[in-house]
Amino acid sequence: MTTWPILSVVTFLPVIGTLLIYLVRGDDEAAQRNARWIALWTTLVTFAVSLILVARFDASVADFQFVEKAPWLASSITYHMGVDGISLPFVILTTALMPFCIVASWKSVKLRVREYMMAFLVLETLMVGTFSALDLVLFYLFFEGGLIPMFLIIGVWGGPRRVYASFKFFLYTLLGSVLMLLAIMALYWNAGTTDIPTLMHTAVPRSLQMWAWLAFFASFAVKMPMWPVHTWLPDAHVEAPTAGSVILAAILLKMGGYGFLRFSLPMFPLASHEFAPLIFTLSAIAIIYTSLVAMMQEDIKKLIAYSSVAHMGFVTMGIFAGTMQGVAGGVFQMISHGIVSGALFLCVGIVYDRMHTREIAAYGGLVNRMPIYALVFMVFTMANVGLPGTSGFVGEFMTLLGTFKTSLPTAVFATTGVILSAAYALWLYRKVVFGALVKPSLASIKDLTFRESLTLVPLLILTILFGFYPKPVLDMSATSVQQLVNNYNTAVTAVKAAALLQ
Amino acid sequence: MSFESAGYQLQPVLPELVLAVGAMALLMVGAYRGVRTTGLITVLSLVLLVIVGVLELTLPAGKQVTFNGSFIVDDFARFMKILALIGSGATLVLSTEFLAEPSRRIFEYSILVLLSTLGMMILISAGDLIMLYLGLELMSLALYVVAASNRDDGKSTEAGLKYFVLGALSSGMLLYGASLIYGFTGTVSFAGIAASAKTGSVGIVFGIVFLLAGLCFKVSAVPFHMWTPDVYEGAPTPVTAFFASAPKVAALAVFTRVTLTAFPGIMLQWQQIVVFVSIASMALGSFAAIGQKNIKRLMAYSSIGHMGFALVGLAAGTAEGAQGVLVYIAIYVAMTLGSFTVILAMKRNGQHVENISDFSGLSRTNPLLAFFFAMLLFSLAGVPPLAGFFAKWYVFSAAIKANLFALAVIGVLTSVVGAFYYLSIVKVMYFDEPLSQLDPMRVELRAVLAISGLFTIFFFAYPGPLVSVASAAAKSLF
Repeated sequence: MTTWPILSVVTFLPVIGTLLIYLVRGDDEAAQRNARWIALWTTLVTFAVSLILVARFDASVADFQFVEKAPWLASSITYHMGVDGISLPFVILTTALMPFCIVASWKSVKLRVREYMMAFLVLETLMVGTFSALDLVLFYLFFEGGLIPMFLIIGVWGGPRRVYASFKFFLYTLLGSVLMLLAIMALYWNAGTTDIPTLMHTAVPRSLQMWAWLAFFASFAVKMPMWPVHTWLPDAHVEAPTAGSVILAAILLKMGGYGFLRFSLPMFPLASHEFAPLIFTLSAIAIIYTSLVAMMQEDIKKLIAYSSVAHMGFVTMGIFAGTMQGVAGGVFQMISHGIVSGALFLCVGIVYDRMHTREIAAYGGLVNRMPIYALVFMVFTMANVGLPGTSGFVGEFMTLLGTFKTSLPTAVFATTGVILSAAYALWLYRKVVFGALVKPSLASIKDLTFRESLTLVPLLILTILFGFYPKPVLDMSATSVQQLVNNYNTAVTAVKAAALLQ
Repeated sequence: MSFESAGYQLQPVLPELVLAVGAMALLMVGAYRGVRTTGLITVLSLVLLVIVGVLELTLPAGKQVTFNGSFIVDDFARFMKILALIGSGATLVLSTEFLAEPSRRIFEYSILVLLSTLGMMILISAGDLIMLYLGLELMSLALYVVAASNRDDGKSTEAGLKYFVLGALSSGMLLYGASLIYGFTGTVSFAGIAASAKTGSVGIVFGIVFLLAGLCFKVSAVPFHMWTPDVYEGAPTPVTAFFASAPKVAALAVFTRVTLTAFPGIMLQWQQIVVFVSIASMALGSFAAIGQKNIKRLMAYSSIGHMGFALVGLAAGTAEGAQGVLVYIAIYVAMTLGSFTVILAMKRNGQHVENISDFSGLSRTNPLLAFFFAMLLFSLAGVPPLAGFFAKWYVFSAAIKANLFALAVIGVLTSVVGAFYYLSIVKVMYFDEPLSQLDPMRVELRAVLAISGLFTIFFFAYPGPLVSVASAAAKSLF
């Protein structure tokens, strides 16, 4: 093993790219081109370095790896980084999707390109940091810091109602997070440290567990987002530029699920157990209700946004089932949804760049002029539905399987959501792609360009690959998930046994 | 080195003596050589402040007391004095443009700033109620005049008058409270009061209420905040920057010292007051700022809110809480000075512009200025990883440790409300259409902005020194 801090390099490489772009002077065509290339190369190099993490990762170890520790705020609040089987997939997802975002913005962003690329690179640092921080304060720093670049991305490069959407996004998320901040402080005074691995093995008094769980829940439920605090998401998605939507759906939403896995379950097992029915209820409502809402949408992006909420319902359900299948399925579903929803937003971006509208009614019969697009879009739609053979199926199936063991009614209700998701997704696909091409504005629409295919084909391959062969992701997280589930169940049974004895 | 006069050690007051004598000497220079020395006096005042700061730092470490316990120099006092000196020094730097105009070459300006700083230093070191009042009045009297220093401007004179009338009222209340406390404890020294005030008799509680009312006025905490928006708006911008920084440091310092060292035995009594004042300030600061159109008025409400946040730490009444107050005020001073530098730089065709709408599209005409201001605003809102987040972290974690959960929850919720108006300025700068180019920024403004902006942005990288110094300073109170 070498000694260089590989995780910090992955985290902070994008910042170096930001500085390079800052050094590019001017705002003419050449400067913009330079900014784009620097951003692309930075994200590619970051991705390449992050692959070293995969190569050196030992999946048979449940503990944190690539650990770095340095003094920071105080002796007990340190700069502590590391990844385990649960966080590494998210780190890779982040670094892997960033180049696609840059390429997807290649032509569509013409205004203030430098600032745009800088915002994205800073955001990448903050996202990778969120997934690899092993100190609560450090985590909070990355977690909340991401609001600033995302606020600017939605607000500066977004659609007509961007101001409303960006404010809603920022304030909603901040409101949830400040409560988590107070809980972090309470945990700090309880254990005398904010070190995550230490806290995972620190017993937290029952009443504190309840309050802290609720406070963390406030933050992650908004981020996830869970019904009924999901209303910021459709607005943010609709108004954000394509790459912003991709990042939002593929990575920022996953921070909520990751938070549940990293904090709620291991640190507050009793509270998680007690509140599981609440989560199940909210998840089932989210799955059914938002699927129904999705059916009524007239805007393609809004429809996909609501479907994201529904899919995240499966994740929360699986995580709080507390079973091996449920949690592993939740992790897999998040990764799969990251790829699929990211790709769907890219697909929407492609037709939006041509037609400058996202209204479903404005499209129809695209298959006639865009056969390749129709094929690609179909695969992702099917993955979104959860068709066997696509990655979407694996995650949904595993979370349902895991939940059947714990809560039958939830699983039954959630399964109906699978049918509803088929309804809205197929309906969308039929409206946009099938039918006769009668609208004159569509008569000259062009199929995918090389650049666009470049962004979609790798995601397409991954979607099908993980559909047939999910082993790489599942193996990577298996040991860590197993440990998490074991600890959770041990804690819960211990309390139950203690209650029986009394 | 040993100075003595009439049996009193003079070494602890050496910085104050140098400042007083220096200010008088500069006054003589100005009085004999006339207004053309304004620039020179400003520079010399700045040099004097630096010398005083160095002297303060070279005083022997540890706690020193002189004048029979009236004057205390400890780590806490040193920390706050250096901050106040930084605030005053930065104000003088920011004032050079204001004073350069021929009609406004008033050399007394710098000397008044020096005298007010002297008052602050005495206030910070005050060990009894007499010294407290002495320092407070010296500080305030100079401030009243400085507020009205733009003599030909109606708003400026109105600001001075308003500040004076309300300030005199608050001084009266403070004095009344002090006399009650003296009457019921038989002593004016903080240590003596602490020794005799073990139970909260009605008289002492009344005394505390009046005393704290007077101090709340100086830190512009609700319900004694009414003067703030008008004075902030009316006073010349460099003066507003001054009001928002150094006097706040001094007032908060004495607030902390009085409550923690004079009334530790009856903490429950004053804690309720501080909790109320803190909640009221945070709430009013964040809600009232939303409707403001003028950036200086907005900053006034912002500073009311920030004083509320700082008092959250004091409400805890612990060493952690005092540390929180110290970290908070230090970061607040940096952010405030930076923000006012931006406001001073907002100049189109030789005219200062102060409306929030004037910031429209600033990110495209002046990208760097807009970026720094945006970061300062995010920091004021308490968004990590900027400095303002750490300020909030220390005060709120102290409150959580002291089990003041309601205060903490209300506090963070109002900070979300506060984030709204900071965001709306960022929105104006980044999302709206640009106006015409600003006038080029003066060198000294660039320097102040760069220092405070970089401090705010990169504080997270190396927070250790400030935090540990503040921790040591807080411990010296207990």
